[in-house]
Amino acid sequence: MQITLNINGQDKKMDVEPRTLLAHAIRDAGLTGTHIGCDSSSCGVCTVLLDGNIPVKSCTMFAVSAEGHPITTVEGLAGSNLHPIQQAFHDQHGLQCGYCTPGMMLSSVALLERNPNPSEDEIRFALSGNLCRCTGYQNIVKAVQQAAQAMNQPAGAAADD
Amino acid sequence: MAIESPNLEPKGIQGLGKAIKRKEDSRFIVGKGNYLDDINLPGMMHMALVHSPYAHAKINGIDSSEALKVPGVKAVITSKELAGAGLAWVPTLAGDKQMVLADGKVLYQWQEVAAVFADTRQAAADGAAAVQVDYEPLQAVVDPYKATDADAPVLREDIKDKMEGAHGPRRHNNHIWTWDVGSKDETDQALASSEIRVKQHMVYPRSHPAPLEPCGCIGDMSKATGRLTVYMTSQAPHAIRTVLSLVTGIPENNIRVISPDIGGGFGNKVPVYPGYVCAIVGSIVLGVPVKWVETRTENLTTTGFARDFHMDIEIGATKEGKVTAMKVYTLADHGAFDAAADPSKYPAGLFSICTGSYDFPKAYAEVDAVYTNKAPGGVAYRCSFRVTEASYLIERSMDVLAHELKMDPAELRIKNFIQPAQFPYPSALGWTYDSGDYEKTLKVALDKLGYEELRKEQAEKRAKGELMGIGISTFTEIVGAGPSKDFDILGLKMFDGAEIRVHPSGSAIVRAGTRHQGQGHETTWAQIVSEELGLDVDKIIVEEGDTDTAPYGLGTYASRSTPVAGGAMALGARRIREKAKKIAAHLLEVGEADVEWADKKFSVKGVPGKSVTMSQVAFAAYTNLPQGMEPGLETTYYYDPPNLTFPNGAYVCVVDVDKGTGEVKVRRFVAIDDCGTIINPMIVEGQVHGGLTEGFAMAFMQEIAFDAEGNNLSSNFTDYLLPTSLETPKWETGHTVTPSPHHPIGAKGVGESPTVGSPAAFVNAVVDALAHLGVRHLDMPVTREKVWKVLRGAGIDAF
Repeated sequence: MQITLNINGQDKKMDVEPRTLLAHAIRDAGLTGTHIGCDSSSCGVCTVLLDGNIPVKSCTMFAVSAEGHPITTVEGLAGSNLHPIQQAFHDQHGLQCGYCTPGMMLSSVALLERNPNPSEDEIRFALSGNLCRCTGYQNIVKAVQQAAQAMNQPAGAAADD
Repeated sequence: MAIESPNLEPKGIQGLGKAIKRKEDSRFIVGKGNYLDDINLPGMMHMALVHSPYAHAKINGIDSSEALKVPGVKAVITSKELAGAGLAWVPTLAGDKQMVLADGKVLYQWQEVAAVFADTRQAAADGAAAVQVDYEPLQAVVDPYKATDADAPVLREDIKDKMEGAHGPRRHNNHIWTWDVGSKDETDQALASSEIRVKQHMVYPRSHPAPLEPCGCIGDMSKATGRLTVYMTSQAPHAIRTVLSLVTGIPENNIRVISPDIGGGFGNKVPVYPGYVCAIVGSIVLGVPVKWVETRTENLTTTGFARDFHMDIEIGATKEGKVTAMKVYTLADHGAFDAAADPSKYPAGLFSICTGSYDFPKAYAEVDAVYTNKAPGGVAYRCSFRVTEASYLIERSMDVLAHELKMDPAELRIKNFIQPAQFPYPSALGWTYDSGDYEKTLKVALDKLGYEELRKEQAEKRAKGELMGIGISTFTEIVGAGPSKDFDILGLKMFDGAEIRVHPSGSAIVRAGTRHQGQGHETTWAQIVSEELGLDVDKIIVEEGDTDTAPYGLGTYASRSTPVAGGAMALGARRIREKAKKIAAHLLEVGEADVEWADKKFSVKGVPGKSVTMSQVAFAAYTNLPQGMEPGLETTYYYDPPNLTFPNGAYVCVVDVDKGTGEVKVRRFVAIDDCGTIINPMIVEGQVHGGLTEGFAMAFMQEIAFDAEGNNLSSNFTDYLLPTSLETPKWETGHTVTPSPHHPIGAKGVGESPTVGSPAAFVNAVVDALAHLGVRHLDMPVTREKVWKVLRGAGIDAF
């Protein structure tokens, strides 16, 4: 069936089977930063944002259900500069193999949208649907803390100091 | 609180010891990694596999007719078709052979039975569901201790009554090999005359590495060129190319293996799996590229499991706590085929490191491997070959001995450590340890933790009926396989290669036979070369994973990248520096003997200020050479290490146990590692964090379990539990630095130390918390339920 998905601000017309998962539709549209890792909505590497700030596991949703709901994937995070969460994951060594990183960053962005100053416990709770096998989460928590700090600074302030 | 990044930008000359941020991050943080499933080739078809629902069954027939009616399905192959290509069975890394698709019977649940090829992944899956297989269930062998019973069913009918195996005689049709090391008689005598003897049985349960990216491959046979390109999630692409050539008969020059970005490996992506073979055969038969990507269930149920060692140990000691001897018997459950990934000479891997950090005068270890109706494997899951099992065994056992002696486990360890003056230390089981200062490392850990205070707190709590425990693990690993005189896989010697090409303008490309999966080689290899050649780290690009371009090497697993390829990198760079020195002398218009390499440049001895940089030399190598010199500035270096390396560490864990629920909370975990020279402290710390988390997972959560019929009870992430950010403790890390005396930069490797060393620390802490209740040992995973049962059994009031 014909559907139109709005991904990262662009309308993409696609022909999908009714059973096509959102994760597959996004990847088939060439946006391969959204990964697939478990088929049971356990690992979170397929996390995208729906309607701007709602993190969903895109392997748990049909592509047709996402019509009319703008989707943000990792490819839509950066503008002309890196998003603070991307910079923070790099600065704090919050990634190793990189496979969980897109979903992890999008869950972090959703958290910071609803809670600009999360405690460590709140960060760990918010990311508990995203598995990472490499980092042990400690540097991911630090990265979210750095991003929170950067995003709370008034516009135009220096990123460091 | 201001969050600071102490990590440096990867700019300028940044050699050893610098915490520079990773060069490879740039593509991953914007979603532009290039993982296997991100690759799509024109005309590509997809493959799905049919799996057995039974652990042991005869196959009376396979009917593909309904599958072929599914729209989009183009072909179905079974063992019969593979036999036509001579690929029904393929050799394993362990000298056995394994079915690619079930040949007459299935030997484990989820075994691959048929492969379906279709235009889309969905159509292939529909086709696989429509294949009808007529199974006749047989009695399954699940318990390895019953595998060699007289009346046990014969699993491997292909080798029935062939009692000479790849590693010596077999004593039962389900027996694979027996391997032993050390002097049995001398050990028995030493045990017999020991004042204290302790025995313990312990199981290191079956586990699975479960990287978040499953395994997969694309076979792409070009009829036009006759070349086979295989994109594969492989930690060892060069060895895979050779194996593919030997198995298929395609000349090796006509095979190109490309291992793209890998989403975690941890040993899972070392072997060759049936899915790879089928996708390649599919491409050859169908004339188009064929992609196969595992589902998570396929990953957990069919590809390389780890551990499954059932161990009995006896240790002898004096009344004062000096160890006298160790005797170990292990039963290894290898599943249906012996596909363990170990060096040829070592069917039980490097398990004989089981004497650990202690000066055992006598030791003997024996391992029996048996077939059961479970998936094959035995991969080195984030450890050097079987070193995790060995380390857990000795570190758990030292606590058992301490308990028997009523001695503090730290004191017992200190009493028995191999002393710094004893290195190079010959162990009772035949290894020569390179270096270490075990007591110093333990004391750093105990001081950081505040051990004495915590022991006092524990005594106070115990008096009040509260449960708290402290667990220590002072492990020694053996990694960096290995010296070619002893180490090969399928005959391929375990050296590794590095190629360094310095460009005229002073930048460089570096290639290695290794393949990183998150370890940060694109940064650390560049740091080694930056250190050795004085080139800017941001001007050095690192490439791995393409057999057409990278030099040969055995790959990245068993913590061998830094010990082996890292050595190749350093020595290759030094060879370039030798030539560069001649060019520098030419540029400085002095004799070579008057030139010295200091402060990352060539200077005329005794003439301050008269110097040239490596960039200037590089330009001259292409523009202004001494008469008669071969142009260019590049080399390929193959490093055959003289010995293995022996990273070590002291880990201390503090737990609180809820006496009502049995829940164990890790309050603190201090990890002091000694991995020799540190290339990038940020990356090393990241490796330790990740490895500790996997050790935590094995101690408390992860287990591939089976029921009595051989059904896999851990086939997805809701049943096979991985730790999330909520459960994972906070790690406190630190280092001592005892360089390896034989490694070119003194590095030992670190990626696996925490997985190897930590499980015993966790379990020791829980047992310590319960020791006064008569608990001497608990098998992993130490679940809440297990602890709860101990508490209720001991009559502890829940409130």
